[in-house]
Amino acid sequence: MRSNKSIAHRAIRHRLLEIAGAILALGAVLPAWAQLRIEITSGVSDPVPIAVVPFSRAVPADGGLDVAQVVQHDLEGSGRFRARQRGQMPATPTQASAVVLADWKNAGDDYIVVGRVVPVEGGNLAVDFDLLNTLTGQRVAGQRFVGTPSALRNAAHRVSDVVYEKILGIRGAFATRIAYVAVDGQPPAQKFQLIVADADGENQRLVLESRYPLMSPSWSPDGQWLAYVSFENKKSAVYVQFVRTGERRQVSARAGINGAPVWSPDGKKLALTLGGSNGNPDIYVLELQTQTLTRITDDPAIDTEAAWAPDGKTLFFTSDRAGGPQIYRIGVNPGDRPKRITFGGNYNARPRVSADGTQLAMVTLDNGNYRIAVQELSSGTVRVLSKGHLDESPSFAPNGATLIYAEREGNRAVLGTVSVDGLTGLRLKSEQGEVRDPAWGPFAQ
Amino acid sequence: MRKILIILMAAMALSSAGCKSNKPKPGPSSQTEVGNAADTSGADAANAGSVGSDDEAAGPQAGLLAKRIIYFDFDSSDIKGDGTDIVAAHAKYLASHAGTRVRLEGNTDARGSREYNIGLGERRAQAVRRALLLQGATESQLATVSYGAERPAVAGNDEPAWSKNRRVEIVYLAPGGQPAVVQPQR
Repeated sequence: MRSNKSIAHRAIRHRLLEIAGAILALGAVLPAWAQLRIEITSGVSDPVPIAVVPFSRAVPADGGLDVAQVVQHDLEGSGRFRARQRGQMPATPTQASAVVLADWKNAGDDYIVVGRVVPVEGGNLAVDFDLLNTLTGQRVAGQRFVGTPSALRNAAHRVSDVVYEKILGIRGAFATRIAYVAVDGQPPAQKFQLIVADADGENQRLVLESRYPLMSPSWSPDGQWLAYVSFENKKSAVYVQFVRTGERRQVSARAGINGAPVWSPDGKKLALTLGGSNGNPDIYVLELQTQTLTRITDDPAIDTEAAWAPDGKTLFFTSDRAGGPQIYRIGVNPGDRPKRITFGGNYNARPRVSADGTQLAMVTLDNGNYRIAVQELSSGTVRVLSKGHLDESPSFAPNGATLIYAEREGNRAVLGTVSVDGLTGLRLKSEQGEVRDPAWGPFAQ
Repeated sequence: MRKILIILMAAMALSSAGCKSNKPKPGPSSQTEVGNAADTSGADAANAGSVGSDDEAAGPQAGLLAKRIIYFDFDSSDIKGDGTDIVAAHAKYLASHAGTRVRLEGNTDARGSREYNIGLGERRAQAVRRALLLQGATESQLATVSYGAERPAVAGNDEPAWSKNRRVEIVYLAPGGQPAVVQPQR
C-alpha cells in the first residue's frame, strides 16, 4: 500500500515511527514488556573455574555496558563455568601482558579473560580480548570485534562464544536470538505478543501484538524473517515477517487450518499444515516465490508439526495414524512413504532436528508427564531431558548443544533451557504474564 | 516537536496497556505493529480493525438453544451426554432457518503439543459439524475453526479447568458476510 502523502510528510512519519520504534525497543524503560529474568536451574558438578576481569571502558560511547559482566553472565548461565566474583579479583589487568599468571593460578582459576573496549574510526567501538590458560600460560585466544556502540552487547556475546568454544570444544550460541510468544491477561481477554530477544532475554523487540492468538514462530535460515500463525482474522493464517522492518505478508489463509510453518534450510519454502474445509490436517510444502503448493501427506489422521532435516530433502512430522501421536519421517519427493520413527510410549510429538541432523527433539509423555526428549536418529536411543509436567515446544540452539522449550513454574508459563547432555539448564521468566512457544534463531550470518 | 511528544505518549500508553490499571479495551484495533519505518502499512494495519465480535449474533435463546457449548472427554471427539441433546436442538433450529449460519469453534485443554491440539480441536468441531449435518443442517450454514489450546475458557492447570476447555462452542453469525464454507484455493 503506497501512501499518497508528500515526501516531506512521509519523512516526518518515518522519523517519528523510528523514534517510537526505538523507544519501544528499550525493554528496561518499559516494565510492561515481558521482561525476562534468568535463573540457573542446573549446572555440571565440575564447572571450569574462570576469571573474567572487568574490561577497560570506552566512556561514554559504551553506554555504560559492562562487557565483562555480560561475558561472565553468559558463561555462568551455561552451567559449565564458575566465575570469580568481582570483589575477589587479585588484580585487574586488561591485557595479556599485564597478567601475572601466578596470581590467578593460586586463586584457583584455570582461565582468565581480560579485555578492552576502545573507540575506533567511524564512531565504532572495538572489543579486544585475550583468553589465557593460567596453568600453561598459553594465550588460547585473542580477537577483536568491531561494531557500532548499539551492537556492543552483541560483541560481548561473541567474546563469550569464543571463550566457550576454545575451552569446551563446542561452538557457543550466546550471540544468537530467540523468538517467543508472550501472553498477558486472563481468558477471554488476553493480549498476545510475538517478541524477539537476545538469547539471554535482553534487547526485546516487539514483532507483533494482537488480541488474538499468535503461535508457532519459525526463523528463516538467515535469521531475517519469522513465519508464524496468527488468528487475527478469527481463524488461523500463516504470515512471514521481515523482523528488521516489520514488513509482513500473509502466505496462507486457506479454508480450515493453516498452521505449523517451518522454513526450509534453503530459505525458499515453508512446510506447513493445511486442514481444508473437511478439517483433515496434512503436511504441505509451499514454495514462497512461486506460491506452488506440494502435498506431502494424504491421510485421514492428524498430520502436522513438520520439521526439516538439514539436507532439505526430508521432513519429520507428528501423525496419529497409529492411534496416538507419533513422529514419522518422509521424503519430500512425490511417492515417498512415511516411516515411523518413535516407538516409546503413547505420545511423541512436535519433532525438531538438530543442525547436524543427528538428533531429534520431541515432546514425549513420560509416566504422565509431558517432557522434552531427544532421540539419537542413528540408534533410536531416547533420553528424556526435562523434568516438568507440561513441557512443550522444544527448539534446538544452532550449536545443537542446548534446547529451549516451554514449561511451567507453578501456575505460570515460563521458558526453560536444557543441555542435550541433560546436565545444565536455565529458566527464563517474564516479570508479568506468561511466555511460551520459543524458537531459537540461527547463528548470525 | 509536538508531534514527537504525541508519538512518545502514544508509545507509553501502548507500553502500559499491560498494567492492571489500564486494561486494553476491546475495540476495532486488534493489532499494532512496530518497527515499520518508511512503510505506512504498519499504521494502516493498526487501524484496519479486527473482525472482533462484529460478525456474531445473539442467536436463538429458547430452552436448549441457549446452551452453546459441547464438552468432551480427554483425547476424545465423541459427542455424548448433554452434548447430544444440545446438538440435536441446534440442528433442528438450523434445519428450519435456512439463512442462519453458525461457526463451530473447536478447543482442547492445555496438555500436549500446541499444533497437534489445533488438529484435535478441529476434529471436535468437525464431529459437531457432521452431527448437525446428519440432523438437518446444510453445509453452507456451518463453518468450523480450531483454536486448539490457544483460547481457554478457564485458566488453570488441573482437571476442573481442563474439562471446561475441552469444548466446541456454537457461535451464531450475523446475517450477510462470507458464506460459511469457502472453497480452498489449491
